[in-house]
Amino acid sequence: MDPASGHDAVTDVVVENGTVAAIGKDIDISGAEVFDATGMIVAPGFIDMHVHLREPGFEHSETIETGGRAAAAGGFTSVCCMPNTNPVNDSAVVTTYIIERARRLSPVNVYPIGAITKGSNGEELAAIGAMKQAGIVAISDDGRPVMNARVMRRAMESAKAFGLPVINHCEDLNLSAGGDMHEGFESVRLGLRGIPACSEDVMVARDILLAGVTGARYHVAHISARHSVEMVRFAKSRGLNVTTEVCPHHFTLADSDILPFDSNFKMKPPLRSCFDVAAVTEGLANGAIEVIATDHAPHPGSEKMQEFERCPFGITGLETAIGLSLEQLVHTGRVSLMRMVEMFTVNPDKVLNLGKGRLTAGGQADITIFDTDRKWTFDLNKSQSKSRNSPFHGREFRGGQVASIVNGNIVWRLT
Amino acid sequence: MIGRGLLGIEDLDRGEIEDYLNQAKTFQSHGGGDFKKLDSLRGKMLVNLFFENSTRTRTSFEIAAKRLGADTISISSSGSSVAKGESLVDTLNTLAAMRPHAIVMRHAASGAPHFLARHLETPIINAGDGMHEHPTQALLDALTILDHKPALEGLRVAIIGDIIHSRVARSNIHLLSKFGAQVVLCGPAPMLPADLAKLAAGVTLTHDIREAIDGADVIMMLRVQLERQHETPFPPGDYFRFYGLRPEHLARTRPDTIVMHPGPINRGREISSEVADSQRSVILNQVENGVAVRMAVLMKVMGA
Repeated sequence: MDPASGHDAVTDVVVENGTVAAIGKDIDISGAEVFDATGMIVAPGFIDMHVHLREPGFEHSETIETGGRAAAAGGFTSVCCMPNTNPVNDSAVVTTYIIERARRLSPVNVYPIGAITKGSNGEELAAIGAMKQAGIVAISDDGRPVMNARVMRRAMESAKAFGLPVINHCEDLNLSAGGDMHEGFESVRLGLRGIPACSEDVMVARDILLAGVTGARYHVAHISARHSVEMVRFAKSRGLNVTTEVCPHHFTLADSDILPFDSNFKMKPPLRSCFDVAAVTEGLANGAIEVIATDHAPHPGSEKMQEFERCPFGITGLETAIGLSLEQLVHTGRVSLMRMVEMFTVNPDKVLNLGKGRLTAGGQADITIFDTDRKWTFDLNKSQSKSRNSPFHGREFRGGQVASIVNGNIVWRLT
Repeated sequence: MIGRGLLGIEDLDRGEIEDYLNQAKTFQSHGGGDFKKLDSLRGKMLVNLFFENSTRTRTSFEIAAKRLGADTISISSSGSSVAKGESLVDTLNTLAAMRPHAIVMRHAASGAPHFLARHLETPIINAGDGMHEHPTQALLDALTILDHKPALEGLRVAIIGDIIHSRVARSNIHLLSKFGAQVVLCGPAPMLPADLAKLAAGVTLTHDIREAIDGADVIMMLRVQLERQHETPFPPGDYFRFYGLRPEHLARTRPDTIVMHPGPINRGREISSEVADSQRSVILNQVENGVAVRMAVLMKVMGA
């Protein structure tokens, strides 16, 4: 199944020397290693354009190696890592370090995203051009949104000149200050401080206006609020170069699903109301949202085993993304299987221009194989990630990843 | 685990609350004479763990435990290993390893006792968690109301002040609603989000103190919780003017309307001295009933 070309047929795929040598029916090559994918979907390698690999600086949470293994075990062949490491990826030196570490240790392709501002402090622009030359594929101050609109405008102008998209974690920090979960009935009931949906909306609105002024390619990270989805739709209808992604947990869970005071349900943006969940799901179906990304955010147990308000934000997501997408989008009939694959492959590639996300003869052999009907249960204790912070432990899935092939090599397969 | 400890009012049913209140009534001294020390909980140990300052609640639990013959140990966070950077879970596991029969806990974080209860065998009694619940306060408030009114059902109760930050308000709203009382919540807009009206049946909101107290059987005043606010959502100088309870307000109410306050009171801020010290004020009855209610809770949690 190749969404880029619309190809969808039962065929053989021949991989040779890291390249897709041929795609066709009943190909017989003697001596070739055979992967029997009967009844499964063979797709372009899945891309997760929003992960946190925590290296350098937070290796107790995750490393490029363990995060890469978790990605492979989740059916991904490429990931883009956010720059909120220590030091922040705001220079060519850090970018190069990540790329070199990944080349040696990660089973999947790793594409660094550079910081927008130095130290992600939101004040002075980082060395965007030098990082671009070193290999970044986008800029973002993920987790520490650029509050100053003038700085954001300059960042968009620079990014446009260097041919990079700007990805923003949209959260007005004044509106969300002190918040621990979505502001609404549930936060009032539990006595927790709220993160209002409008804290996301006002920054999405600002950025869309700035994208219009600058002509930059602008991408809203982990969209979660219904008005934000509407505004992105509006921006697209006006012909702006605006794209967005949603995380599986945001189309799966609402604030009312939170196990009270369990930090495995604490992330940013927070799990929002059932109306927001419906809106992002609808956005995936109608094209307002074109990418699924996990925001894989590992934190060790020692940090998550605390009072809710003291715990850091974020959950792991690489190994449950396909299962949740099938469960919520495909099995429910909201989205076709082809459309789901598109949102994991060619669509993120259109945002980032990685030259990935397609499965065609002559192309590079990054392939994801998954099934759609097998029953399996997610066991956190067997996760390849270094961390265990997920609300989906013990969840039963119908269909999921079977194998990940990077550059012609099987880097993970279901055992 | 279910049924052990006391984490909040929301999860209790009316029958369980009545059991606490009926038991508490047997412990009321009604202001008379010396209290005969009981030995119902002899040989049992209670740990009082207060991560937030408290005078009345901590003392009240200690007196309650001692009257029942239990041994008590009180720990406040400043003198404990928490100050040395130990995590809450580790602190509680350490204490639990010494085999107390229950832990009374107050903590500034909402849900801290609920989070711990999932990891600990020892029953936990919530003595106030952040902005969430303060179940023994709601029980003693109900007991105090019942000292002055025949039943909770049908009463109109006005709760006035910093509702959003108040665990006392939340526990009282749940309790009163379960008994069919009407609850009117009143406060400045930033302290009174609209979602509060959905918290329980029979809850309404108003920003006008006169509207709140008109026809009220009970007026509960709350302190403005400056320590929980990250901002100044309402001009302090205007607070008493719009939300402070004064004699002119009492003049609008019936002669049998009672005034309550969980304390500590700030005279001239949310309540005037004249009102706090008036015949209508039952603030000291509340304190007294706190001991009886906590005895009932300890009996339920630690008894046989």
